[in-house]
Amino acid sequence: MAERKLFKGNEAVAEAAVRAGCRFFFGYPITPQNEIPEYMSRRLPEVGGVFLQAESEVAAINMVYGAAGAGGRVMTSSSSPGISLKQEGISYIAGAELPCLIVNMVRGGPGLGGIQPAQSDYFQAVKGGGHGDYHCIVFAPASVQEMVDLTIQAFDVAERYRMPVMILGDGILGQMMEPVAFPDPVPVDAALADWATAGARDGRAPRLINSIYLRPDELFRHNLKLQARFDEAKIAEVRHEAINTDDADIVLVAYGTTSRVCRSAMDRARAAGIRVGLVRPITVSPFPYQAIADVARTARAFLTVEMSLGQMVEDVKLAVCGAAPVHFYGTTGGVVPTSSAIADEVRKIAMAEVGK
Amino acid sequence: MKQVYAVPKALQPRATHYCPGCTHGIAHKLVAETIDELGVRDRTIGVAPVGCAVFAYDYFDCDFQQAAHGRAPAVATGIKRVVPDAVVFTYQGDGDLASIGAAEIVHAAMRGERITVIFINNAIYGMTGGQMAPTTLLGQKTTTSPAGREPGHAGSPIRIAEMLATIPGAAYVARVSLSSPANVARAKKAIRKAFDTQLSGAGFSLVECLSTCPTNWGMAPVEAMEWLESNMIPYYPLGEFRTPEGGVSNG
Repeated sequence: MAERKLFKGNEAVAEAAVRAGCRFFFGYPITPQNEIPEYMSRRLPEVGGVFLQAESEVAAINMVYGAAGAGGRVMTSSSSPGISLKQEGISYIAGAELPCLIVNMVRGGPGLGGIQPAQSDYFQAVKGGGHGDYHCIVFAPASVQEMVDLTIQAFDVAERYRMPVMILGDGILGQMMEPVAFPDPVPVDAALADWATAGARDGRAPRLINSIYLRPDELFRHNLKLQARFDEAKIAEVRHEAINTDDADIVLVAYGTTSRVCRSAMDRARAAGIRVGLVRPITVSPFPYQAIADVARTARAFLTVEMSLGQMVEDVKLAVCGAAPVHFYGTTGGVVPTSSAIADEVRKIAMAEVGK
Repeated sequence: MKQVYAVPKALQPRATHYCPGCTHGIAHKLVAETIDELGVRDRTIGVAPVGCAVFAYDYFDCDFQQAAHGRAPAVATGIKRVVPDAVVFTYQGDGDLASIGAAEIVHAAMRGERITVIFINNAIYGMTGGQMAPTTLLGQKTTTSPAGREPGHAGSPIRIAEMLATIPGAAYVARVSLSSPANVARAKKAIRKAFDTQLSGAGFSLVECLSTCPTNWGMAPVEAMEWLESNMIPYYPLGEFRTPEGGVSNG
């Protein structure tokens, strides 16, 4: 195992991206993710890459579009209000089948909201935040190490499916420090993708990066192609972690920071004699519907916990599909749920549903 | 037999979707001729706008990216930063560049982005059916200024070339007209100079091309050319507003 270093989440994402061969970063300042562009502004020139501070999030994501279309390994990062602005470009990137990484260190909203951690961007991240029929692949890390690991995989996944990949973090994951091990840098593949527009050199035919299909039958076929690729990702890329679910009467479902609080709550409840398990989606898009459906065969009840007023809970209900009651506990506006509050909810559900 | 004219290699030999009398065809040809002269077709990447020229990639014979409305300078920035030896140009109308893309064009110029911008100013939105543009002249009737543009309500037309010429990163800024053979010849020289500016690494370059929109102006092509010369040129003076050498020549 490589040497472990103490790293702040935001800087760990940036270093991981560089080691994954990312050489282009376009961003715009917004709290709580500023350490990512700041780190990239120092680090990318060391490896022959380009950091550019754009005039807006709108411009930054369109620079990502141009760079990805020219064959560059490219990323941007932002936080919720900035991601809203990027949604136009993300839709175009999805439509034009371009790979890139978008990091969202989520803060409370709506509007300018606050700068404290939240999970209220779930809908815009996983349901297609921009216009049109498309999906992104969305990773939801729960530790600094997992942010490193998923960031490194994100570029390969984006290129394999030719679609934008998002890291859905939050203000806590971005700001906290944990020991991490970085893998060795991967060699940057000099071979250009066979669709990239870097000039029609050596007599090849000109190429086009595009998302306009005026004929309905063409756009129909194009969208089916995008959907087919996402269907492949549903088979190959869905990831989750299940803890103590085999004997669980009550199963918590939570991702990211909230899943860490849920682990403590689970331990408290188990100590009090309540059989509690946890399912932690690692990809929230595609969502681990089947894993939750499998657990629903034996679980008596579910409790979804989010730093929102109820977004992922809709997917949990789709997965459980009426097999058991799905309860919800959420905090919003930058408030992080406590393990004791979650354990109290578990106790109430245990009294009502399990009879103890 | 002596060949006196040929379609530029950087243009595909096909009919365009542009309306009769529209000057987009002239602008396309001038850009393509310049690409041919410089021998850079195999390292040129064009960026198409949203608007009438959205399908420009169907006519140029080089790599292309189609950009979101107004974002072509940002897309071009991404391309140029990945492929610094490429020749990157955007082709944008006045709604795209002067309205929704005002921030992107100003900041591409501010950064001295080594791209060339062909800016088609025909004082109206063409593709969407003749709405008022930021460049619409005072009193000019459009589908969204039916009584004529009134400055107290809709402001006065924006002079993009003059505005961008105040930015240090803008190395070459010129305004030309596509309204007569002499003006087209001058336009060609300006476009060539803009691409030369990019190739020399001097900075950002833009050529504003005064153009006609006979369909949405409700005029015959010849009448539209005359309207351009008698109404647009007095408000939008022709000339070079910034050159890499620092020289400026108006008129």
